[in-house]
Amino acid sequence: METITTSSTSVTKDTPLMTPEKPNEVVENKVIDRDHRGQTVGDVTVENPRMTARNVNVWYGDKHAIQNVNLDIANNEVAALIGPSGCGKTTFLRCLNRMNDTIDGCLVEGEIALDGKNIYDKDVDVVPLRARVGIVFQKPNPFPKSIYENVAYGPRIHGLARNKTDLDEIVHSSLKRSGLFDEVKDRLDQPGTGLSGGQQQRLCIARAIAVSPEVILMDEPCSALDPIATATIEELIDELRKKYSIVIVTHSMQQAARVSQRTAYFHLGDLIEVGPTSEIFTNPKHKLTEEYITGRFG
Amino acid sequence: MSESNHSGTTSMPSSKRAFDIVTDSLGKRYAAEKRFRIYGIVSIMLAIAFLLILLVSIVSKGLPAFTYTQVQLPITYDETVVDPEGGRDVDTLSRANYSALIKSSLRELFPEVTERSELRKLNKIVSSGADFLLRNRILENPDLIGTQEQVWLPVDDEVDTYLLLKDNEAFGTGRLSESQVSWVNRLIQDGKMENRFNRTFFTASDSREPESAGILGALVGSALTLLITLIISFPLGVAAAVYLEEFAPKNRWTDLIEVNINNLAAVPSIIFGLLGLAVFINFFGLPRSAPLVGGLVLSLMTLPTIIIASRASLKSVPPSIREGALGIGASKMQTVTHHVLPLALPGMMTGTIIGMAQALGETAPLLMIGMVAFIVEVPGGIFDSATVLPVQIYLWADSPERAFVALTSATIMVLLTFLILMNGLAVLLRKRFEKRW
Repeated sequence: METITTSSTSVTKDTPLMTPEKPNEVVENKVIDRDHRGQTVGDVTVENPRMTARNVNVWYGDKHAIQNVNLDIANNEVAALIGPSGCGKTTFLRCLNRMNDTIDGCLVEGEIALDGKNIYDKDVDVVPLRARVGIVFQKPNPFPKSIYENVAYGPRIHGLARNKTDLDEIVHSSLKRSGLFDEVKDRLDQPGTGLSGGQQQRLCIARAIAVSPEVILMDEPCSALDPIATATIEELIDELRKKYSIVIVTHSMQQAARVSQRTAYFHLGDLIEVGPTSEIFTNPKHKLTEEYITGRFG
Repeated sequence: MSESNHSGTTSMPSSKRAFDIVTDSLGKRYAAEKRFRIYGIVSIMLAIAFLLILLVSIVSKGLPAFTYTQVQLPITYDETVVDPEGGRDVDTLSRANYSALIKSSLRELFPEVTERSELRKLNKIVSSGADFLLRNRILENPDLIGTQEQVWLPVDDEVDTYLLLKDNEAFGTGRLSESQVSWVNRLIQDGKMENRFNRTFFTASDSREPESAGILGALVGSALTLLITLIISFPLGVAAAVYLEEFAPKNRWTDLIEVNINNLAAVPSIIFGLLGLAVFINFFGLPRSAPLVGGLVLSLMTLPTIIIASRASLKSVPPSIREGALGIGASKMQTVTHHVLPLALPGMMTGTIIGMAQALGETAPLLMIGMVAFIVEVPGGIFDSATVLPVQIYLWADSPERAFVALTSATIMVLLTFLILMNGLAVLLRKRFEKRW
C-alpha cells in the first residue's frame, strides 16, 4: 500500500501518473502489471538536476529504439541504467552527449538539457558538449599512442594547458584520479595499448576526466574486464562521484546495486521504472522490473 | 522365412548402419581431400614452372647485354685532324673527323690490308658510334691532343652478335665476311678484343646502333612520369577516399560514385590514353610525348586503385578509435587527421606503391600520347620529349638488329627489378607499420 502511494505521488506531470483505480487490487498484487508500459513508475525527477531528458524518442531508420523517455541526472550521483539486451539503455546513454549523431539514420526527438540548455538545439556545438559530457566505452579503446599522449590529447585539442608544465600537471592528476598513476608513472611513453584490459579502461577514464567534464557516461565499462579489474573500476566510480555526475549502463545488476544511487530500468525502449537503487532492488514496483532483477529474463 | 531373413538382415545392420556408413565413406572423403590437394600442388608447380621459364629465358637473353665486345686501339690524337687551327675551340673540336683517327689506327694494326673494299670492311669492325666516344674524351680533356693512348672502343653490333652466336652452326659467320672474321679472331688472340662491362647501356639513350643504345633516357623518363603520377594521384586519391569514407553522407549519390570508381579500375588502360590525347594534348595543348602528359594519364589510371586501397585501409581502422576521439570532444576533422589517417596511412601507401608499380609497367596509354617516339636525348624535365622503360622494351623488341634482343631482355630485367623493389617496399611498409589494437 505504501509503495503505491509513493509511486503515485511522485510521478511527474510529464508522465501523467498512473492512478490505480482499484487500490485494493494493486495492494494484492504488490506490483504493477507487466503489460503496463509507456509511463515510467517512480520519480524521474531530482532536485537541482545536472541533465534532464524529456520525451526522448530515438529511431534507427524505421526502428523505434526509445519511446518517450524522461529522466533526470543528478549532481554527484551515479545513475545506473539496467535492462535486457536491446532495451535502449546504451542508445539513451549515447543521446546524452550526442554520440548518436555519428550513426547514419539515427533520429533523436525530444529535449535533453544540460544545465537547462537543450543540447539538441541548432546552436549547440557538439565539440564543447562532448568536452563537458565525457564518455567511456564498453571496450577499452585507448589510442595507439603513448599513455601520456592518450591523456594529453583532450586537453591539447581544447587548449586547456598553456604550456608543457600545465599539461604534465593535467595528465598526472587525471592518471592519479583514475588510480592508474602509480602503475604507469615509469612508462608514460609506452603505448597505451600495451596495458592490461583493466588498466586500459582506467586509462580511458583518465582520458575522459582530463578535459574536466561535468558528466561522465559509462557504457558497460566493466563488461570486458575480469572481476579484480572490475572491482578497481567500481571503486574508482565511487570516488569519481564526488566530483562528477555519472551515468553508467550495466548488464550486471550486482554492479548497479554496488555503485549506483539511482537505478533506471529499461525494457524494449521504454523506461519502466526509476528509483533509488536500494528500493529498486529490494522492492520493485513494476512486474517487469521484478522479473528482471530476480533473473527471470535478461 | 525369406521375409524374416530379410527383416533380420536389415535390422541387424540398422544398429550399425550409421557407423558403417561413416566408415565406408571415410576412404572416399580422404581420397577427395587428397585429390584436391594434388590439384593445388600441381597448379602451383605449373605456375612456378612457367615463371621459371620466363625468368630463365629473360635472364639468359638479357645477360649478354650487360657486357659488350670492345676492341683496344692505340689512338693517336693527331693535332692536324683534331684541331687543325690549333685554337682549342670547342666548335672545331666537336666537328673534327674522329673516325679518321680510328681508321688510321686500324690501318696500322693491319698493314697488310690495302684494298679499298677490304679497308671499308676493316673499318666496319669498330662501332660507327665510336667516334663520339673519342670526341667526348677530347672535349673533356683537350690536353690529350698530340698524344697517343690505348682506348677501348665498342665493336660493331654484327661483330658482337657473331661472337655471341659463333658456336651455332646455323648462324655461321652471320653478316661478317671471312676476312672480318679472321681479323676479329686475330684481335682476340692478341688480347685486344674482349667482352667488357657495357657502361653504355646505363649511360646512353636510345640509338639506331645497338652498341650505343642505353636505357638512361627511358629510366629518367619513367622516373619523371612516375613522379608526376605520384604528385597528382596520391593526394587526390587519399583526399577522395577520406571524403567518401569519413565525411560523405551515405546516399544514392555516394553509392553511384563508389560503383563508378570501382568500374574505372577495370577500364582498359588504352582508353585512358585516348582520353589523355583528347583532353590534355588536343584540348589543353600540353606538349606531346612529355612526361607531364604521361604522368597525368597514368594518374587517371592509378587513381581508382589508390582510392579503393585507401578506402579499404580507412575502413580497417576500428570505429572505437573514432568514437574515442569524438567522445572527448575532437571535431570530425581532428578525429580524421589525428587518429584515423595516421593509422590508415601505411595501407594507403601500400596501395599507392602498388598503383605506382602498375603505372611503371604501363605501355598502352603512353603509346596514345606519343611517348613511343625515338628519343636520343635524356629528358631534362617534364616538358621534354621522353619515353619510358616499357615503351623502350616495345620499341627495341620491334628492331631488326639481332643485338636488340639482348637489350630488350636486359631492359625487362631492369624493369622487373624496379617492380620487385617497389612491391618489396610495399610489403615492408605493411609489415613495419601495421598496428594491432
